[in-house]
Amino acid sequence: MELELAQPILDLNDRQAVKNRELLDENHVFVLDLLASPGAGKTSSILSTIDQLRDKYRIAVIEGDIASDVDAQRIKQYGIPAVQINTGGACHLESLMIKRALDVLDLDQLDLIIIENVGNLVCPTDFYLGENIKVMILSVPEGHDKPLKYPGIFQASQAVILNKIDTLSVFDFDEQLFRESVARLNPTAPVFPISALKGTGVDAWAQWLSQRIDSVVQGGSMQ
Amino acid sequence: MHEMSLMQGILDSVENAACEAGAIAVSEVRLSIGQMTEIVPDAMDFAFEALSPGTLCEGAQLKVTMIAIRSKCNVCDHEFEHDRYHWGCPKCDSLATELLAGREMYIESIEVEMSDEEPQSGQTDGRDAIVVNAVTEPLSCAGERA
Ligand SMILES: Nc1nc2c(ncn2[C@@H]2O[C@H](COP(=O)(O)OP(=O)(O)O)[C@@H](O)[C@H]2O)c(=O)[nH]1
Ligand SMILES: [Mg+2]
Ligand SMILES: [Zn+2]
Repeated sequence: MELELAQPILDLNDRQAVKNRELLDENHVFVLDLLASPGAGKTSSILSTIDQLRDKYRIAVIEGDIASDVDAQRIKQYGIPAVQINTGGACHLESLMIKRALDVLDLDQLDLIIIENVGNLVCPTDFYLGENIKVMILSVPEGHDKPLKYPGIFQASQAVILNKIDTLSVFDFDEQLFRESVARLNPTAPVFPISALKGTGVDAWAQWLSQRIDSVVQGGSMQ
Repeated sequence: MHEMSLMQGILDSVENAACEAGAIAVSEVRLSIGQMTEIVPDAMDFAFEALSPGTLCEGAQLKVTMIAIRSKCNVCDHEFEHDRYHWGCPKCDSLATELLAGREMYIESIEVEMSDEEPQSGQTDGRDAIVVNAVTEPLSCAGERA
């Protein structure tokens, strides 16, 4: 006998994500889910973004890693609240993990939460966490062909950060070719070339992010 | 390998639905997966074989139907299928397109074997598919997902 289920496979995840979204909306908190491979410069980019935006917004960071809390420690040393989620082997964050992190954050004292997802260009793409936007980082040493190999994440991101541009002279990275393949996959996503290490280009990215935040967190809680 | 955790969730849902319907075994599990998701069908097969023994799905067939990626052009309204790499409208070259299909991840249906006894609620005639609304609150015979 046949049983029709017509049930979303990620039903549990998606329903919790919607609840996260409601909780965040109530508290007027904007959430950025940052995706990249290990070592692309997620933590470094978060720190340089904090430099640009900490006077304007009250920020917290949720760090997703398979193990360790070194990234959360780096953020805390910066004077920014950070919650570490250890996925214990899982290759992506799920909405219930985010819920647990939200529970320990003082949401009505926050405007912006940045999630550093687990380093992976594949798995986090399919998981809605309740975020406002997903943004991915590709770093120059990874090569300009990555949009061709990982179209899903480029397509699912609302903007693409190209990090480590201070190393362009050392690698045969073709920025024009990279921009063309991103545009084919995701015509509306802006590309922001930055060096998280030197701070180059971070202002343009931060300004774009700031506009997105202001359009959601209207009336902003900032004086 | 997030196919493993997805499959664990799928098996839990399938067991709940089968159990609620009074089934004694599951003989087929049918999934629909959009081509724009990151799911690899072979990895799903592997995960199913690894995780189904000892569940109601032991020995069942896994059938994965891939759903093509389809978009609509916001300029000329043309609807078209395309691969993961080409998002422009083939008719007017516009890049302003909207995804219509390709991100689906669904358990469509399952084939179950019922015991010979009458189901408690009686009313089924055995020909119509029983519709189990799995998108409701936890079922009594459910195990919570770890
Ligand atoms: N040259 C250069 N190195 C960078 C840049 N951003 C990050 N890195 C280095 O790349 C390594 C990984 O950075 P991290 O932020 O920890 O990456 P994550 O694993 O994605 O969080 C560290 O050694 C950083 O110092 C950059 O813009 N330029
Ligand atoms: Mg990091
Ligand atoms: Zn068109």
